[in-house]
Amino acid sequence: MKTPKILKSILLGLAILLALVIYAYGFQVTKVNLEETREPRRQMQLTRILRALVRPDIFTYEKEEFTVSLPIYTPCSAEAEALPEPIADSPYMVMSPTCADPSTEVTVEGFNFEPNTTGPLNFIPPSGVSLQMGTITTDNDGHFVATVKLPKRPDTVAQEIRAITRRNVGGPMFSKNAKDTWEKIIETVFLALLATTFGVAIAIPISFVAARNIMTPITSPFTSIAISILLIPVGIVAGGFVAGKLHTLADLMTGSIWGALAGVIGTPVLMWFIFRWAVPPIEDEPPTRFERIARPIAIFFTSLLGILFLYLVSSLAIQFGKALIVPLGGLGFLGKFIASLGDILMTLIPVVTALAGAGVLGGFAGRVGQWVVEHSSHSANRITNLVLGGLAGAALFAIIGAGINWLYQIDNAWTTFGIPAIVGAIGGVILAGFLSRTATLPIGFFIYSLTRTLLNGMRSIESLVMVIIFAVWVGIGPFAGVLALALHTIASNAKLYSEQVEGIMAGPLEAITATGANRLQTIIYAVIPQIVPPYISYTMYRWDINVRMSTIIGFAGGGGIGFLLQQNINLLNYRAASTQMLAIAIVVASMDYLSSKLREKAI
Amino acid sequence: MLKIQNLTKVYMPANVRALEDVTFDVPKGQFLAVIGLSGSGKSTLLRCINRLVEPTSGKIFLDGQDVTVANAEELRRVRRKIGMVFQHFNLVHRSSVLTNVLAGRLGYTNPAWSLINRFPKADIEKARYQLERVGIGDKTHQRADALSGGQQQRVGIARALMQDPEIILADEPVASLDPVLAHSIMQYLEKINAEDGVTVICSLHFLDLVHRYAHRAIALNAGRVVFDGLPKEIDDERFKEIYGQEAERVG
Ligand SMILES: Nc1ncnc2c1ncn2[C@@H]1O[C@H](COP(=O)(O)OP(=O)(O)OP(=O)(O)O)[C@@H](O)[C@H]1O
Ligand SMILES: [Mg+2]
Repeated sequence: MKTPKILKSILLGLAILLALVIYAYGFQVTKVNLEETREPRRQMQLTRILRALVRPDIFTYEKEEFTVSLPIYTPCSAEAEALPEPIADSPYMVMSPTCADPSTEVTVEGFNFEPNTTGPLNFIPPSGVSLQMGTITTDNDGHFVATVKLPKRPDTVAQEIRAITRRNVGGPMFSKNAKDTWEKIIETVFLALLATTFGVAIAIPISFVAARNIMTPITSPFTSIAISILLIPVGIVAGGFVAGKLHTLADLMTGSIWGALAGVIGTPVLMWFIFRWAVPPIEDEPPTRFERIARPIAIFFTSLLGILFLYLVSSLAIQFGKALIVPLGGLGFLGKFIASLGDILMTLIPVVTALAGAGVLGGFAGRVGQWVVEHSSHSANRITNLVLGGLAGAALFAIIGAGINWLYQIDNAWTTFGIPAIVGAIGGVILAGFLSRTATLPIGFFIYSLTRTLLNGMRSIESLVMVIIFAVWVGIGPFAGVLALALHTIASNAKLYSEQVEGIMAGPLEAITATGANRLQTIIYAVIPQIVPPYISYTMYRWDINVRMSTIIGFAGGGGIGFLLQQNINLLNYRAASTQMLAIAIVVASMDYLSSKLREKAI
Repeated sequence: MLKIQNLTKVYMPANVRALEDVTFDVPKGQFLAVIGLSGSGKSTLLRCINRLVEPTSGKIFLDGQDVTVANAEELRRVRRKIGMVFQHFNLVHRSSVLTNVLAGRLGYTNPAWSLINRFPKADIEKARYQLERVGIGDKTHQRADALSGGQQQRVGIARALMQDPEIILADEPVASLDPVLAHSIMQYLEKINAEDGVTVICSLHFLDLVHRYAHRAIALNAGRVVFDGLPKEIDDERFKEIYGQEAERVG
């Protein structure tokens, strides 16, 4: 349909009008106020800040103090003794008139002072407590004139006017502020490094789960999924339980140094031999029935040994690291680092073990489901599906209910467990009834969508906001900043990485699949070589962003230089703040340059 | 050894009927050419045999085993007996030639060993031997994308040979190469067919190549088999049946 010309013009006019209204409202809500910017008081403040900013507080000098005194009488007194004559060539002051009533204005003039210095001009009554009357600033010749008001301190004896000036001696030294800034900027850079490292380490595995081309081919029959839903929570609990038992065993072994040594050396050797038997490099013949059963058991046993080994290593690292702190002296942080690594490892083991338990039982469930679909009769499979569907639905919804209960503390078993379980069971049965027996569900696509949604949600929370939660959890400081930035790194890099996985060439993938490679092998040989350069490039990019973010994350309690900057701004200490701003600019610019150079290299 | 029965492939959701009731047998050691217009279903047919494409219906028997119902573990064992060579070579560009060739052993290698990127010594020896055999033994450690097209295709053939294949599926293996290279690649396939007794199923665009190398030709048109016989039986009339009435012979 062709719009008539006149209608077009009217529409255009309306669009412009609308734009005007939108901008007018925008000015209103953002309080655009030019009056304010022109006001002399505001302009003076701006000038003050700008002048402070161009004089960053970096250097300081040793000071030498000079005091010049002038005895005076206030009020004038007749029997006053003659005041001593000033000595030419050395600094002296003259007051005119030479004596005056209290609370009157006098002019004080100084000669032969240190040129171009400033300092207070004080009045010292006999009590000795000095009262500041004003400040003096000397010119190039060491001369100053100041008009001040004498305080209301009449006395018959001579009182004193005292000028104090300071002179720099020796070369410039870094000021305390500069040293603090240096310390904090180091903290900032390492904060960014750790956040990037942790974030990337977690983002890489997630990126595969968030890649459509990897996940969509993964489908599973209903039976398998239902059994998985029932077994995965069991796997998590069992994994955690096993980790706990092995932890106790490891503690027993590390009780004596010989036990620890035997464990650390013995377990890997034993693992290696079992592994060699259970995982032959070549699979020529299909495994025999005995091997089919014995090998998984052997692998399970090696995994237990592996967990025990990790516990031994982590607890030894903690002990060893702590023992090192004192003897290493200045390098004590290395001992602390080793201990921290051990601690991190120890924290991670149960998590990984629980996940592994979930993975093992989930995989087992998949096989059982597949077997049921292939080997049971039509009607038997239908019935198992209905039962499993009901159970799995109930379990799933009950778990969700438990999560909701934990957050909202409803604490009513019927509403948080009973109702969800019943709804889930009914849903599961209906789903099982509707689906054809052999139909496979796009579980891979489902997991992909779920991961993407979570990542998108996480990414939309700025790290400056996240850090508030972490600061509440682990306290204000750089560690909270590391956690917040790491979380944001996971969210955004997992997405960037997964887009790279999605963009790889399909040809090599197809060729490797055609050789009989399984999914894992396809990823290792066809996907990973293709994504290494973009992964490096995005990691550098993120490191760059994290350095930027870490400079300001301190504003919200995340440690680093931002914390110092905010403090100085709040104290109106603009010269100190200027130093921090300068440091941030230098670090950001050099990171920017470095990361772009490294990214060029990676391609 | 390979029996294809009533094979039909419908691409969903577009509902493209790429193969329609295709039936034929391939005896061991045959060099079979698959011809047909672009879009006639040649690639689909080849990819159904190793289930890179899931057949919609029909059966495919390899040595008596039904490939279409194989589960993941069985499929892995089926696929490793079927080597595949591609028009665009499909090498992993950033990996070395040796790694690309070794990848042909993945169907035999335990995935746990792949995790640490380890191949048995015997496999590495074998990879070097196969590279020598296709005449690029000196390129072993170069990056795959540093090679010319003809060299890349030879790496592709070496990779397929690493599988100790019973069948090689070659999907227009020479379509991206110049005529001289095309013959050299076809001669490698011919040699493998003759010396190792590997069955070759090869889709081709040029009839002169079919005449020169194939024992037998199958022609597809809109997913149906419209010709199955000796290459020399393709006369002008047959040609028009296969390629359409307006087609002109060039080869
Ligand atoms: N993934 C797909 N989804 C939908 N349709 C497809 C897909 N792959 C191929 N087709 C269609 O199936 C038909 C057969 O395609 P195929 O690639 O097998 O033909 P071909 O004979 O190999 O052609 P060419 O000589 O161009 O390679 C074509 O119509 C094509 O458009
Ligand atoms: Mg094709």
